[in-house]
Amino acid sequence: MTGSPTAGIAAVVFTAVVTVLIGMYGVRAVRTTSDFYVASRSVTPWWNASAIGGEYLSAASFLGIAGLVLAYGTDMLWFPVGYTAGYLMLLVLVAAPLRRSGAYTLPDFAEARLESTAVRLTSSVLVVAIGWLYLLPQFQAAGLTLRTVTGAPAWVGPAAVAVVVLVSVLGGGMRSITFVQAFQYWLKLTALAVPVIFALLVWQSEGRPELAPPDEPTFAERTTVEIGTDVTIEVPDPVTVRADGTVDGEPIDRDLTLTAGEHHVEAGSVLTFPADARIPHAAHLTPMSGEHWALPLRSGGDHPLYSTYSLILALFFGTMGLPHVLVRFYTNPDGRAARRTTLAVLSLLSIFYLLPPLYGALGRLYTPELLLTGRTDAVVLILPGRLVDGVAGEALTALVAAGAFAAFLSTSSGLTVSVAGVLSQDLLGRRARNPVAGFRLGAILALMIPVALALSGPTLAIADVVGLAFAVAASSFCPLLVLGIWWRRLTWPGAVAGLIVGGGAATAAVATIIVIGPQDGWLGALLAQPAAWSMPMTFTVMIMVSLLTQRHVAPGVDRTMVRLHTPENLDLDRGSWDPEARWHRP
Amino acid sequence: MNERVTVTGPRRRRPRVRRQAVTAEIDAQTRLGEIYMRALLRAQLRLGLTVAGVVFVMVAMVPLVFAIAPGLKSVDLMGIPLPWVLLGGAVYPVLIVAAWFYLRHAERIERDFAEMVNRR
Repeated sequence: MTGSPTAGIAAVVFTAVVTVLIGMYGVRAVRTTSDFYVASRSVTPWWNASAIGGEYLSAASFLGIAGLVLAYGTDMLWFPVGYTAGYLMLLVLVAAPLRRSGAYTLPDFAEARLESTAVRLTSSVLVVAIGWLYLLPQFQAAGLTLRTVTGAPAWVGPAAVAVVVLVSVLGGGMRSITFVQAFQYWLKLTALAVPVIFALLVWQSEGRPELAPPDEPTFAERTTVEIGTDVTIEVPDPVTVRADGTVDGEPIDRDLTLTAGEHHVEAGSVLTFPADARIPHAAHLTPMSGEHWALPLRSGGDHPLYSTYSLILALFFGTMGLPHVLVRFYTNPDGRAARRTTLAVLSLLSIFYLLPPLYGALGRLYTPELLLTGRTDAVVLILPGRLVDGVAGEALTALVAAGAFAAFLSTSSGLTVSVAGVLSQDLLGRRARNPVAGFRLGAILALMIPVALALSGPTLAIADVVGLAFAVAASSFCPLLVLGIWWRRLTWPGAVAGLIVGGGAATAAVATIIVIGPQDGWLGALLAQPAAWSMPMTFTVMIMVSLLTQRHVAPGVDRTMVRLHTPENLDLDRGSWDPEARWHRP
Repeated sequence: MNERVTVTGPRRRRPRVRRQAVTAEIDAQTRLGEIYMRALLRAQLRLGLTVAGVVFVMVAMVPLVFAIAPGLKSVDLMGIPLPWVLLGGAVYPVLIVAAWFYLRHAERIERDFAEMVNRR
């Protein structure tokens, strides 16, 4: 799509090499198993906050938000707001106690607090499910990016990301990951900030044209669109185009009048639309007039208010339950540092999230053909080259490509470490020779499944799938953490019941949507945005069942509460539970 | 006038009774220790829920206000529609200020608690 793929390839290779190099630098610092996992908690809050930001800003943030804003406008601004506010909820409800618990992983926390292996196992399964759900769109996005900037086949992206992640994760474990991710936050911020400044200057110099004219979007001038992947388009008005390629199954190279309705266009086709033609949308996108695009509560199907609130709940309360977020907290030296780190993270995220919506809004004006190809997630990658010509444009495209690649690498590394940790500790058990070998086997498994799904599965909007992962996290681990930290009477049967009923219901709703696609009416809204009913359901089940099973209250709950809530500088008995102990058992 | 006077008192016969620090009460899980722990938890939980609740209600009001008063949707601020001003920028400083407020108060609660339980 840009002049030459060389700059894009160079940028991606650069990111990969730097990632592996920093990873190798980190290896020298690794001495013990505990080092390997959590960098001995010797990471300063500033490094740690950058690393948390770097790890958290995934493909959904870097590419997905802009793509959704391009297609659906104002309502999609809730995604960045929710991703950020999630850290506030995490700070005020769980940050310090979670760090003080000394748990590496969510199953560790569940076991330490509820003194039950059943709850540990249930949590492990959910961690793996959420991790895979979150990894899947990262790999899809990697395929999209490499194809957009270099023209490589779709399988190259997922494969390349998986290999780099595997090398850096297997090499250095957590400590190297910390430095890699701190670097990647700043790379991602730069990669979005610099090109958007150029883009805004171009927009300004053109007299600030209206981003979304009130009517349905049209091609402002005669526009040639290359179709990168097979797509079914919905043509609103009959239009005569110059077609070269395969349309509706027939090879064609002449003027063609597309009738209103659906048409199938195969990859490699080139369509040239006349000026002022209404833009046909890919069938999976719902066309929006500019007027609706600029206003809230216009997308989200038949029940926009419900969908908006459910999304807000999922994002606000899902963050604390994401598997890769908790591990990061362990790298703080104490609970107080955990709080301060979270405040820093909140600030870093607030700066970053100002940028993606700008790409989406400018994309509505400058890259409207993405509505036709359906690849709206590519807007961040295409916009800089579209607005800035020549070498400068290529350099900016290379920069965003590097940033995007950093986004997949950092989030997938973090998730891989978490999922691999859980897989090796809880699900592979002692079948592995030693912890490190088990961890390596876990890492390979953690990557294989989502890569396979990304290569075979249906294409869904990146930010949508990530939103589903948040909904599951909000309906499972959020109630477990909040009740576990603040309510002594939570019992292990209550926790397990809540995780299975609420977490299971949310997972089932999400799986249904992924398999059968969006549905109409109330049922569709409830399935597509489950958090508003599944999260209260989990809380209710956990509380009710706990009240019925009070004889299973953890015997050491009072000691655990001392451990969770008192500042570390007080000389108190905090119990003997030690997450590292499992590694030293014979 | 400025002459220093040493104030002395009669020496006590009995050795001073050492009162136990609250930390020991907490370690022994006595009723007193429990009372201190519950007070700490309640103070922290109240603070956390207050901040979470205020921010959540403020943010959650936005879609409701737009649903009730659709006229507001098309209000402009220097050419940028109000919903974009709120959700695209103004909300972030609110989140940061709320986090900072929480941090200060949570640390103060912990300082007070530490002072209280270390006192003999």
